[in-house]
Amino acid sequence: MPTIPTIFDTSKPGRLAGGQTPKEGDLTGLPDELLRESNPVLPEVSELQAVRHFTNLSQQNFSIDGNFYPLGSCTMKYNPRGAHRAASQPGFLNRHPLTPAFASQGLLSCFWDLQETLKTVTGMEAVSLVPMAGAQGELAGGLMIRAYHEDCGDFERDEILVPTAAHGTNPATATMCGYKTREIGVAADGDVDIEDLKRVVGPKTAGIMLTNPSTCAVFERRILEIADIVHDAGGLLYYDGANLNAILGKVCPGDMGFDVLHLNLHKTFATPHGGGGPGAGPVAVNSLLQPYLPIPMVGKLDDQYIWLDESYFPLTIGKLAAFMGNAGILIRALAYALMLGREGMVRVAEYATLNANYLAAELSKAGFQLAYPTRRATHEFLITLNKEAKDLGVRALDFAKRLLDFDMHAPTTYFPLLVPECFLIEPTETETKTVLDEFVSAMCKIREEAQENADYVKQAPHNQVVRRLDEVRAARELDLSWSGTEG
Amino acid sequence: MSETPQELRYTDTHEWARVEPDGTVCVGISDFAQDALGDVVFIELPETGTEVAAGAEVAVIESVKAASDIYSPVSGEIVRVNDQLTDAPDLVNSEPYDGGWIFVVQPLSDDLSADLLTADQYQEFCETDSNAH
Amino acid sequence: MLQSIGVTNIDELFEEIPDHVPVANFRAIESSLTEMEMVFRLAERAKQDELGSCFLGAGSYDHHIPAAVWDLATRGEFLTAYTPYQAEASQGTLQLLYEFQTMMASLADLDVANASVYDGGSGLGEAILMAVRSNRSARNRKIAIGGAVNPFYVKTANTLVRNQGIELVQIPHENGVFDPNQCPIDDPNVVVVQQPNFFGLLENVDAISNWAAERNALLIAVVNPLTLAVLKPPGEWGGSGADICIGDGQPLGVPMASGGPSFGFLCSKMKHVRQMPGRIVGRTVDANGDVGYTLTLQAREQHIRRAKATSNICTNQGLLVTAATIYMSIMGVSGLRNTASRCHENTKYLVAQLEATGRAQRAFHSPYFHECVLRCAGDVGALTKSMIADHGILAGLPLGEIDESLDDCLLLCATEKRTHEEIDHFVELFNHILKEA
Ligand SMILES: Cc1ncc(COP(=O)(O)O)c(C=O)c1O
Repeated sequence: MPTIPTIFDTSKPGRLAGGQTPKEGDLTGLPDELLRESNPVLPEVSELQAVRHFTNLSQQNFSIDGNFYPLGSCTMKYNPRGAHRAASQPGFLNRHPLTPAFASQGLLSCFWDLQETLKTVTGMEAVSLVPMAGAQGELAGGLMIRAYHEDCGDFERDEILVPTAAHGTNPATATMCGYKTREIGVAADGDVDIEDLKRVVGPKTAGIMLTNPSTCAVFERRILEIADIVHDAGGLLYYDGANLNAILGKVCPGDMGFDVLHLNLHKTFATPHGGGGPGAGPVAVNSLLQPYLPIPMVGKLDDQYIWLDESYFPLTIGKLAAFMGNAGILIRALAYALMLGREGMVRVAEYATLNANYLAAELSKAGFQLAYPTRRATHEFLITLNKEAKDLGVRALDFAKRLLDFDMHAPTTYFPLLVPECFLIEPTETETKTVLDEFVSAMCKIREEAQENADYVKQAPHNQVVRRLDEVRAARELDLSWSGTEG
Repeated sequence: MSETPQELRYTDTHEWARVEPDGTVCVGISDFAQDALGDVVFIELPETGTEVAAGAEVAVIESVKAASDIYSPVSGEIVRVNDQLTDAPDLVNSEPYDGGWIFVVQPLSDDLSADLLTADQYQEFCETDSNAH
Repeated sequence: MLQSIGVTNIDELFEEIPDHVPVANFRAIESSLTEMEMVFRLAERAKQDELGSCFLGAGSYDHHIPAAVWDLATRGEFLTAYTPYQAEASQGTLQLLYEFQTMMASLADLDVANASVYDGGSGLGEAILMAVRSNRSARNRKIAIGGAVNPFYVKTANTLVRNQGIELVQIPHENGVFDPNQCPIDDPNVVVVQQPNFFGLLENVDAISNWAAERNALLIAVVNPLTLAVLKPPGEWGGSGADICIGDGQPLGVPMASGGPSFGFLCSKMKHVRQMPGRIVGRTVDANGDVGYTLTLQAREQHIRRAKATSNICTNQGLLVTAATIYMSIMGVSGLRNTASRCHENTKYLVAQLEATGRAQRAFHSPYFHECVLRCAGDVGALTKSMIADHGILAGLPLGEIDESLDDCLLLCATEKRTHEEIDHFVELFNHILKEA
């Protein structure tokens, strides 16, 4: 397949999309020294050229609409178009963010409903919808934990505990909150190493961040014991809600002893990932942390919905966005929640878990090594290709690249780091058994290929628009913007 | 099997240290470490004149998929850094013990034997370290 | 499937959950709706919030968006793709991001742009953290913020940076603009200025840039990307240019949508690139030597550097960046220039007409771009309320809550979408309401 020239390569000075060019405005009177002298490097193309260029580019992408996408921890499930349509109505799209509440009752009622739904789903006391992704929810949570301790006159706590297998945003967030990260070990069965936890927890512990099911794809069985240990030491528990899909309607973080959490609406509530974003990462808290929630939230006063700002929440950690965060994503999530309803939510957890356990069982029967064979798979599971790497010289990376040639997106690779040569596989509840069976066949086929001709697999992909890319060159000889026709 | 020259001393964080005739200590990362990191794409060098304590982070070395801190094996002052690495970070891969040196410390004391590993000790350390994975 | 797993029912799959009790209150959640029912319910609510002409800006602007922009951006291949970690299966998104970086870096006249951060407000926080890391030789962690930098951005940035020992020092504005003489500290580590500023005024950016450089402070420029089509880009401010430029991409083809999703962009000089937050795409070659694109400099990011990452950001605002890239491509140089200059001319017309009523007067006298502060003869709170309630018009932002000395002032904006008829009608109502009051 040919690579597509950049839009700048197809550009001709003076060409334009006539229908999109308003009449020039008069700039006389603005001081010359504040004006631009040279033109920026922007495409000069017709509207059709632009449409064709981006259509062609889009066709070089894998997507949920086109491909099986079993990325562990990312929950790539079907994103219903109805939710997108509902959020794209003029009343929502054209609303200026500073429109007063009295003229925004429709939107505020949506936020209120979503807040209430998320409170129920998580078993928590209060919700703020502001954070714009999971990582920002984590930041909000960390800042609330900090504010709480400081309000208690406790300034000594400067450590956040995270399991070694934790997602990178957890330690990165701790730093942004002004905390140090202390790692705790993971036991051989994938659960947190309780003895290690007992060793490091103490008067310096501000809190612990846990994902449950964990990033090792198993349910943290001793969660109540962990909660007691951390609470007894004066620390708080943060729940990273990335894996909430697995337990929706089955058990809630509030019942597991957590004080604060975020949800990834772009995972559990199926808002589209958009090639990297946007998402939304609402935070939910128990009554201890409620005063510190990020503003604004939506409240109800005599049947009117109102914004709750500093005047209602004087102890708030503050604003996280110029306005209200990713409002449009929140509407999509509400739409999804409405369509699921309470019956559907339980089905999410059940079918996601069923699909993962089935796929795990089939891969295991086919001779692939589960990382935690004694454990039940949750909504996802880990396999290790360590044996294939040692015996055949074909690594997880090579399997991943070759899967692309079977029109399947690779699972998450090399995360968590703790498990060598791993695949974290999350089929989600929206895939059929046929697709899962095809994945197993593809994995077996690749292993066969590797036995016959390891190099062929190591050089994969073979049928994509490009072959394997030289990432070392990309990092050593930085080329981060187009500077002329020559490639 | 990676090379571990006998005349050098090592740390358990994979730096090597060589005492130069003028008493300064030249530091780089071991062959084992460069192999584990993969192709090095960037090295954040310390500034000369910086005072460092033994075990302090003084540089960062990046490959495409990893980044690791480089610690000073001895206390002292950074007196030279290998500017060549800015344009040719791959020297750390191709010549870890020669052109790939990273910085030179003027040590506070001239006895560095105490806490550093010999080549044999380091090799043994690497073997157990890699089996653990 | 159960048989293959070796269980008899689905409940057995949840056996590892201790004390497996059903979620309390779960029955409070409604029963499921069909798509038709859901859309019907949300359509009723959306309808409630529909309004007419918008004369409000303050960080979110009512611009025309070519129909093709969102038709293309919501193609399933863009809409439902994940982050392009598997480069070979994501060349479409990656090449698009590379083109985006080119356009943004060029608009700012800086070397490199990321793709992307959440919004302008959090972008300012990220830019400050980045600048503090980059200016390591600095003596303190004090940031001087120009008095007319968007107050919503400043509040947001403060949430993000204050726990890392960073102090934001606000410089009082003098007649609505940045006045270095008012700066309460001598040796800021970083200086932040906005162009056009929150009041719509143009700052003397060359002088401010030089003032910062003389103090060895890094300069962060907060900009509206659309205005860069006609205003001097941050890279050319003063002798050495701004170090970092941030802003909100909403004016580039993103609907106002209650403030989000939009996206934050961040550009900088090459020497700061390793301190940048967020994803960056690089051009490289594949095993055959053909051109291809991949995420690069990932060792800055949380998935590799963890506690020492330049930011915790992971999921960003990719789809909005996609829309903005398509928008800039369709609009091109002339489209962007003309849109920006038309906004300026329309706002000038609006201001002139309002001043002609004798009930409004410009509060500040520096040149303005496409927003302006008007001091009004009457209660601006009551005015804006009546405009919405009785006429469905958003009449601007009353500034009293932001600055007490401006409690009889409105911040107004007229984009390229406002026709002279709309403006005349608005001015007539304005005159009428204030006369009656
Ligand atoms: C376990 C876990 N935690 C946190 C995050 C961060 O969430 P986001 O990407 O929405 O910022 C992710 C997602 O990538 C995740 O998988």
